[in-house]
Amino acid sequence: MASNGGVTWRRTEEVHVLAVDDSLVDRKVIERLLRISSCKVTAVDSGIRALQFLGLDEEKNSNALNDLKVDLIITDYCMPEMTGYELLKKVKESSAFREIPVVIMSSENVLARIDRCLEEGAEDFIVKPVKLSDVKRIKDYMTREGETERSRKGINKRKLRDSFDDLSSSPPSILSSSPISSSSSSSSSSSPSPSPTSVQSASAPSSPSPLDSPTRRLKMTNKLRIEQKEKKLI
Amino acid sequence: MNFAKNRTVSTVPAAKTGLPVWMMGLVADRLRADANRLLAFLFNQGILDEQFLQLQQLRDESSPNFVSEVVNIHFHESEKLLRNLRSLLMDREFSGYNKMGIHLNQFMGSSSSIGAKRIRNACFAFRAASEQNSRAGCLRALELLEHDYCFLKNKLHELFQIQQQRVLAAGARYPMQN
Repeated sequence: MASNGGVTWRRTEEVHVLAVDDSLVDRKVIERLLRISSCKVTAVDSGIRALQFLGLDEEKNSNALNDLKVDLIITDYCMPEMTGYELLKKVKESSAFREIPVVIMSSENVLARIDRCLEEGAEDFIVKPVKLSDVKRIKDYMTREGETERSRKGINKRKLRDSFDDLSSSPPSILSSSPISSSSSSSSSSSPSPSPTSVQSASAPSSPSPLDSPTRRLKMTNKLRIEQKEKKLI
Repeated sequence: MNFAKNRTVSTVPAAKTGLPVWMMGLVADRLRADANRLLAFLFNQGILDEQFLQLQQLRDESSPNFVSEVVNIHFHESEKLLRNLRSLLMDREFSGYNKMGIHLNQFMGSSSSIGAKRIRNACFAFRAASEQNSRAGCLRALELLEHDYCFLKNKLHELFQIQQQRVLAAGARYPMQN
């Protein structure tokens, strides 16, 4: 079994997903989508319960309620008391669980929100309603083949890509075909602030083109990191 | 489109009716045609969208009633939300649109998850009226929402009935499969 950054990728066992959503309807749907995709699912109705399940709650009680290792967390963004973003932060802040990929779901396609989540370390952002193809895609995050696919093709955000299509006339393949050495970092950007860093998120620029989007730049640097890592492994 | 709202499908005969298989085949065929016609109608009218089809694909032998279970949870929640919205709007000391916004978002979310396109759009209209601080507009939007909801509920219950009868018909026709 191959190792990547300290996380072992299991191919023979079923993956275990922790699903977090305050809506009962959505919990039922995501549960079913995951089960049909051969995943073990634990569905909880709040961020607080999710932390309890992981053993990360305030009682500092490391005795988690689960016996199964969690391979992926998929959470709704808008929840009362603790949002999916706050849950994401708590997971990424913990040394024990920060390696677990976290996927955010939201019914609203807000670029600033997506940026914020990706910057905080979310693996992906799915716009609801969630479909089988979304689940298949995130399942790839837990397998080695998926990792290679991702670094080859670039990260595929369904609705994000669609919204870029709407904003500019560039073909969808722009995410996969542009070379690493493209001038994405020295962007002649349409955003008002002249900031050169690739991680800064622009709060809803008027008409962003795909290459200038902070998400795009962030993912390009991730892609570069993954490819460099792979070269070292060979 | 004149799809037969008033025609009720007759009770599916049990295996021991003595009916020849070809006749029971007719029943099964008619049920399938009924279901397809109803679905086509709901899609053409923009009442349902492809998310509903996605849910249908999630049914199997282990969970044949998955869709009706989820939809019934949605209906149960919807009725509570609609009641809350109405009582908030009718309240003499109208407290503002914030609480309504929360209910609306919930309603919108779960409608979209089951593919209830028209309901979701009606929620958008309601939200627009509340953003304009128009109480009259909200009342109109709520009435439309209640109407669309009732219509959808009736149609989906009809669909689920047909689907159940198809399952029974298949069982009666091929008793070995039970």
